[in-house]
Amino acid sequence: MTALDTRAVVAPKPQQTYRKRPLHWTTVGRFVALALIVLAFLGPIVWMVLASFKLNVQIYDPSKAFIFDPTLENYGTVFDPRRGNYLVYIWNSFFVAFMATALSLVLAVPAAYAMSRFVMNKSAMVVLMARIIPGVSLLVPWYFIFAQLKMTGGYLPLVLSHMFVSLPLILYIMMSFFDQMPEELEESAQVDGLTAIGAFFRITLPLSVPGIATATILSFIFSWNNFMFALVLSSSSTKTLPVAIFDFIGYAAIDWGALMAASVVVTTPIMLIALFTQRYIVSGLTAGATKG
Amino acid sequence: MTSLQTPDDVGAAERFSRWADRNRKWLFAGPSIAFTALLLAIPLGWTLYLSFTDAKRSVRRDFDFNGLENYLGVLTDTERFWPSVWRTFAFTAGALTFELILGMIIALLLWKPFRGQGVVRTIVLLPLVATPVAVGMMWRLLFEPNIGFINEMLSWVGIPPQPWLADPSTSLATLTFVDIWQWTPMVALILLAGLTSLSDEPQEAARVDGANGWQRFWYVTVPLMRPVIIAAVLLRGIDALKTFDILYATKGKGGGAFHDVETLNVYAYGLSFDYNEYGVASAVLILFFLIILAVIWVLQMQRKGRES
Repeated sequence: MTALDTRAVVAPKPQQTYRKRPLHWTTVGRFVALALIVLAFLGPIVWMVLASFKLNVQIYDPSKAFIFDPTLENYGTVFDPRRGNYLVYIWNSFFVAFMATALSLVLAVPAAYAMSRFVMNKSAMVVLMARIIPGVSLLVPWYFIFAQLKMTGGYLPLVLSHMFVSLPLILYIMMSFFDQMPEELEESAQVDGLTAIGAFFRITLPLSVPGIATATILSFIFSWNNFMFALVLSSSSTKTLPVAIFDFIGYAAIDWGALMAASVVVTTPIMLIALFTQRYIVSGLTAGATKG
Repeated sequence: MTSLQTPDDVGAAERFSRWADRNRKWLFAGPSIAFTALLLAIPLGWTLYLSFTDAKRSVRRDFDFNGLENYLGVLTDTERFWPSVWRTFAFTAGALTFELILGMIIALLLWKPFRGQGVVRTIVLLPLVATPVAVGMMWRLLFEPNIGFINEMLSWVGIPPQPWLADPSTSLATLTFVDIWQWTPMVALILLAGLTSLSDEPQEAARVDGANGWQRFWYVTVPLMRPVIIAAVLLRGIDALKTFDILYATKGKGGGAFHDVETLNVYAYGLSFDYNEYGVASAVLILFFLIILAVIWVLQMQRKGRES
């Protein structure tokens, strides 16, 4: 009836009946459902990658859906130095995500520790407010302030705005990490003569590496993927990859092949990171949600 | 003052260390709070201030107070404002409903171990780490009425081609689908973490009492999962209300030529940066913020109501 019935597979007694009838309908149903999930989530991404290796003529031709002569021409268009310097945009995305993450870690990890240990729920609310507020409502004032300080066009407004995304995220993940970490180790370290701050840096911090890794990866991903802040605050020389994608949408026509190649260029690095760090990503995304 | 209380002869470094230790609460938390307050409270206050003025065109131009004029104008605007409120809620409600149902199905399927589980989990993770703008572009090609693969697949089973994003009557639903594609994995992972943390005993007790699979799910698992489900709704709901990237990537400025996917966020963005109507935009943003807070408040009440 539901997927729950499949637990019968692991229960010892029904397993014998399964041996007699290996193609029980729940097993088949489960397999079909899982295959559909894989197809639904992987299919579109595969299609995007395939299209990025096709000429536009081939994209327009359904009979060339899967069998075609792959070409690198679209990637040539994307990286064509006459059109714009895509390597610079890659660097911009990387640099902004890296700086925003690094600076947010320095600020947010100790803050998460204090807010967890001293149960500073009101202070945490202030920082988490940043996750709730619509970003547009901050952009006009930010733009004005950065213009007054003659900082527009540089990296600083971008890094600061991305920190606004990273810092609450890191704080949230690290708070739930510290909440679960026993205090006894810090306390015994203090009995052994360390100061409270010393205990944090020498005992707590080294033990927090898994949590910090989780927070770092997620912060980098969300900063890399951020679009709206860069759309307003970046200049032609500091523009990040999600903004640069729009270069391939003209008023008259869309260069589909190049657009797909540009999309692959922005998503591939992040998907590769995800492949190797999925355990951390899952623990970060679900942090706090399961404690009720 | 604090140093005077230490009678023995201690060095400046030692005294500083003790002072820092006593004040570590605010030394640690202060910079983060200050950073957020600076980048949040001041702009938010400014937006509130601008919402009572006639600021427009240039941020440097002089402007005057006009009282509640912006708010009255916005709240009586049945052409752009109220439709965008409706679209915001339709998009969010549609996305959340399907994400919860499909997310629960996926979580249940991934709950018990099977061969190839790791691969499936990895694939499920891919949409949610993918760059939303690129996801928008990807679906824009897939849903292209003439060359898109979706219509090609429909033609295999004899369904006529649909306009999808190209038609105002179907574009918002199509984009809701894109949101569901990208964020169902997130809901599934949260629910899966919740399922994994459940103890087996209530399930076993229900099984002994003769409950079938559906009964065990509906009367045992779902009530136990209630806090996790609400947490998932809260997290996803806030982001869905504020969706911008895929809407802008597929339909461009103003939510398309007929504003057919113009949600509150897209509308406020357009007012701010396309029309430079800062006063009106600020009023819309303050109302939008209040709507989000109200939604959160209702959900929190739901959570607390059952707990007490």
